[in-house]
Amino acid sequence: MSDRVIGAQPGNAQLEVSGISVTFDGFRAINNLSFAIGPAELRAVIGPNGAGKTTFMDIVTGKTRPDEGRVLWGETHQNLLKMNEAQIARAGIGRKFQKPTVFEDQSVTENLMMALKANRSPFSVLVWKAGAKDRARVEEIAAQVGLGDHLPRKAGELSHGQKQWLEIGMLLAQEPRLLLVDEPAAGMTLAEREQTTALLVELAKTRAVVVVEHDMEFVRRLNCKVTVLHEGSVLAEGTLDHVTADQRVIEVYLGR
Amino acid sequence: MRSGFLAKNPSVLWFLLILAVFTLGVTFLSHAYGPGMISTSMVKTLGKTLCLCLIAIAMDLVWGYTGILSLGHFAFFGLGGYMIGMWLMYERTRDIVLSSAGEFPMTPQEINDAIGTQIFGVVGGSDLPAIWHFAGNLPMQLLFVVLVPGLLALIFGWLAFRSRVTGVYLSILTQAMTLALSLYLFQNESGLRGNNGLSGLQNIPGVSANQDHLSVWFLWASAVALGLGYIAAAFIVSGKFGSVIRGIRDDEARVRFLGYSVEGYKLFVFTLTAIIAAIAGALYYPQAGIINPGEMAPIASIYLAVWVAIGGRGRLYGAVMGAAFVSIVSSWFTGGRVPDIPLGFYTIQWVDWWQVLLGLAFVLVTLLAPKGLSGIVDLLEGIRSPKRHGAPLGPDKGAFREGEAQE
Repeated sequence: MSDRVIGAQPGNAQLEVSGISVTFDGFRAINNLSFAIGPAELRAVIGPNGAGKTTFMDIVTGKTRPDEGRVLWGETHQNLLKMNEAQIARAGIGRKFQKPTVFEDQSVTENLMMALKANRSPFSVLVWKAGAKDRARVEEIAAQVGLGDHLPRKAGELSHGQKQWLEIGMLLAQEPRLLLVDEPAAGMTLAEREQTTALLVELAKTRAVVVVEHDMEFVRRLNCKVTVLHEGSVLAEGTLDHVTADQRVIEVYLGR
Repeated sequence: MRSGFLAKNPSVLWFLLILAVFTLGVTFLSHAYGPGMISTSMVKTLGKTLCLCLIAIAMDLVWGYTGILSLGHFAFFGLGGYMIGMWLMYERTRDIVLSSAGEFPMTPQEINDAIGTQIFGVVGGSDLPAIWHFAGNLPMQLLFVVLVPGLLALIFGWLAFRSRVTGVYLSILTQAMTLALSLYLFQNESGLRGNNGLSGLQNIPGVSANQDHLSVWFLWASAVALGLGYIAAAFIVSGKFGSVIRGIRDDEARVRFLGYSVEGYKLFVFTLTAIIAAIAGALYYPQAGIINPGEMAPIASIYLAVWVAIGGRGRLYGAVMGAAFVSIVSSWFTGGRVPDIPLGFYTIQWVDWWQVLLGLAFVLVTLLAPKGLSGIVDLLEGIRSPKRHGAPLGPDKGAFREGEAQE
């Protein structure tokens, strides 16, 4: 646990973001933001609305290009800014959206099969057939996220919480080395939240996980290093107790 | 999940069965192989309808499954027709030139010049343009049926998809391409006889059989192409590839974040369907006997979308049902066999009013029965639409609407 709090050492980070800035029509959404996370680390990112949390994720996943700065990935320091969304996803960055986004017209099995780590080129997908191993893996993931009995159902029929779980399952199937999770607890019951916490903590043992969350109680349960964003840059970083004791954090976020 | 291709696609066997029964039925009722209850021109109409069903499958793949409302697939259909038409016309003209020369031997150059004069006299020319270089070579022209439309689709698609043009803008772009191509071919300088187009395509050089037999043979060829096209399309949409393209239709950003190159998949489907359309066209125009640039006008591609919508998009048999139903009803109405309706002050003549009826049917299907004719199949099988309070199945423009989906 303690090494997780210490976090990434400079130089061996899984993801290293340095000095990025983005301006939308004169509004500075991200302002000289730097951020690093280690290969097996859980990190919570908190901050008030408009602090730049979602824009930060958009930049890492290739949806938004920053005006300046660097985003480097993995041991080889690949430049993510030169890659498109699909290439970044293939490099091992998975993203879970705030609103559950699954393919509603397709079954749980089809959703998971599509996410399963495999060659993504059209030609190989065309001739791809689910082997016994793939089916076993899909069943295993479905069981892990509590959808073991729902495999043939269409994703559109699932409840809100089940869709969240399916999306998490799809992320697992992708086997990413960095998981970006946007408000995973939104709309979940207390029991589901506890399950989610346990899963995220478990996942962070083998990969980097960044959780954007509003809910302080949830963040406390994650028991990890916290980064506070405000107006597009890092305001404070450390344990939850450390940052909540910070006077500036209290002023901009907790004090309200 | 563990079942095979046919179990996953129950419509394939039904489709092949109906197609086989239909083809045999027409064959044994034709002039060539039966009592002649179906006229040769009717056999041709039915054969052409099968080709239209094939291009409707292509349209369904690109629009119903991938969500790209292309208004350009009839351009590929026409190009396929032109490529085979060049060979048909060249070879037939060569036969005529050789037979009229009679006893006098001609040099290859003289033969070529005579063919040029024969074909291009109508547009005031006598030289065979460079694009006719391989016109006397059947394997080359057959290759061009696939290559020319395929390359056009590949280049156009690459330019359009890489700039991430989607929705209505992409439709407009494809329509502009179709219009440009059609206008280009209307010019005599295009080297394809301008607005005269290519004619006499119903005669197959080197085949002495009469039209009664030829029409049935083309019906068979069209049926085989349609059957193979249906099987290929069912294979494409039933596996993971089908999952990915349906995902692109409903929510392409999400597909991107799964690591799939959305542009690559769109380009693949666009090009593949262009080739299917071109093959359909290459079988259609020898049955029609004539092709001209008017066939490729944007309206034709819009009709194609209407057929698929009326049949029910996003399922292969829907596209076939729509194309077959509309084109057979259309030839019935426009053939003058439907009695006019005298209203006293005005007489409804169906030749003119059929289009209004079709437009009305399109609007009503879109508004009231989004599943189109396929909805009948669902009704018989007791499949309903999901209850989603009006929410479509994804955020994208081409996404399935509530009424189109199956529970």
